[in-house]
Amino acid sequence: MSELYQKIVLDRTRYPRHAGKPAQFDAHGTGVNKLCGDKVSIYLTREGMDLHHETEGCAILTASADLMAEAAHGKDAAQIHELAAAFTSAVTTGTPNPALGELNALTPVSQFPSRIGCATLPWRALEEALQNV
Amino acid sequence: MSTTLDRYDITALREDFPILKEKVYGKDLVFLDSAASAQKPRQVIDAMTQVMTSQYANVHRGLHYMSEKASEAYEGARDKVAAFINAGSRDEIVFTRNATESINLVAYSWGRTALKPGDVVAVTQMEHHANLVPWQMLRDAHGTELRIIKITDAGEIDWDSLEDVFADGRVKLLSVTQMSNVLGTYTPVERLAKFAHEHGAKILIDGCQAIVHRKIDVRAIDADFFVFSGHKLYGPSGIGVLYAKAEILDAMPPFMGGGDMIASVSYEKSTWAKPPHRFEAGTPAIIETIGLGAAIDYVNAIGLDAIAAHEAALTDHALAVLPNIEGLRVLGSAQDRGGVFSFVMKDAHAHDIATLLDRQGIAVRAGHHCAEPLMGRLGVTSTARASFALYTTPEEIDALAKGLERIRKIFA
Repeated sequence: MSELYQKIVLDRTRYPRHAGKPAQFDAHGTGVNKLCGDKVSIYLTREGMDLHHETEGCAILTASADLMAEAAHGKDAAQIHELAAAFTSAVTTGTPNPALGELNALTPVSQFPSRIGCATLPWRALEEALQNV
Repeated sequence: MSTTLDRYDITALREDFPILKEKVYGKDLVFLDSAASAQKPRQVIDAMTQVMTSQYANVHRGLHYMSEKASEAYEGARDKVAAFINAGSRDEIVFTRNATESINLVAYSWGRTALKPGDVVAVTQMEHHANLVPWQMLRDAHGTELRIIKITDAGEIDWDSLEDVFADGRVKLLSVTQMSNVLGTYTPVERLAKFAHEHGAKILIDGCQAIVHRKIDVRAIDADFFVFSGHKLYGPSGIGVLYAKAEILDAMPPFMGGGDMIASVSYEKSTWAKPPHRFEAGTPAIIETIGLGAAIDYVNAIGLDAIAAHEAALTDHALAVLPNIEGLRVLGSAQDRGGVFSFVMKDAHAHDIATLLDRQGIAVRAGHHCAEPLMGRLGVTSTARASFALYTTPEEIDALAKGLERIRKIFA
């Protein structure tokens, strides 16, 4: 019915690999979508840039948070900012970017303007976590 | 109406709403979001266009022909509203921007003068934010107390909780919805008004949802305040109504100062006009008010009884069809309910449901429906909501069910 709800997105929603609050972490950031009430918390462990998330929201939000945790793994803050900018651009314009890998599964969200915020919310929470490190 | 309605001619009625012919992503528009805002019939659109093309000027000011014509039409809408809700007098009808503004007007003007610090305002757990936040603001600014009356799991007012809240005799206002915008529950407003009055309290009724579906008689209810918005009643946005009993309005100070609300003005002081104009500072929404008048004419021509019967059949149909979808749960099961259905689906989030329905041309709302605390009470964070109007067809409900079935399979 829609290229947005393809296998990668549905799979990550059903079986997120990086969900849950870790016992220990160095910083965390949160994002709330005032429009719909969706919430996400990102927990960051500095060693290896290990990320976990807790999401309360739709499939797009959960898949985006989970794929983000993987894409950011092992990167430094500067690289993550770059990735965040590339991701935001891809989901806004709908143009996939080879540098984004599996995150490109979310680029069709560009056709659903009211949902772009769901995809970018985890990234905003991550930016906040990085500021709290 | 294009025809005289011997029976409810849904095909003819739908012809009155130009937007219903629009295609969405190449598909027929199935508009199931009328509880948020209803579509407009040609009669309303034409009335508004006609004001602007042939009888527009500012109201209550000019001594010229156009101003007189516009004032006549504007004040004529007040008569229509008064008759529509059976107010005792046209002077009990105050035009506002919407029901939200009407409640804020009451909270600000009546709340800060008629209520003393320590007096209690009571609302229910199923209020729209518009009937909660103004009372929180009044509490914080004026020292009143705000109490919340519980609802049952079925989504009805918990009468034990109501009695508890009133037990110490401090409640001075019961502010309550007549129909929940989330659960579709109708509240027993006449019984509630009697209860409030017996306990020395006034009652404000948020009639936004109910007025679209049921005949309202503010005198039979014995409502002290009754508020609604034009845009849900097939009228334009930007126009709302506050009804209040004459003696209450008479004692209320202005909400806003400016032109049109004064009796006399000097540099030192001013005196206020009588209600309703005391509460209508500045140039009002002239075109929208006349549009609301046209919407009332339109609804009256069909008849609210006929509309109610049609919508009752739609509600029964939805209650028969929706629960058959595996994993779908309709929230609330009130005995007296109307065509507003909130639901959740196993594994599929409300926003995903809304997006996937949208691509099938079906418009529903998803989210907390401006009733965030109620979501917590119901144990959900958001729901999808389908709501019906006079132009909704059983086939559209079937299309919704079919669409939901497809979504269920995607997330299964």
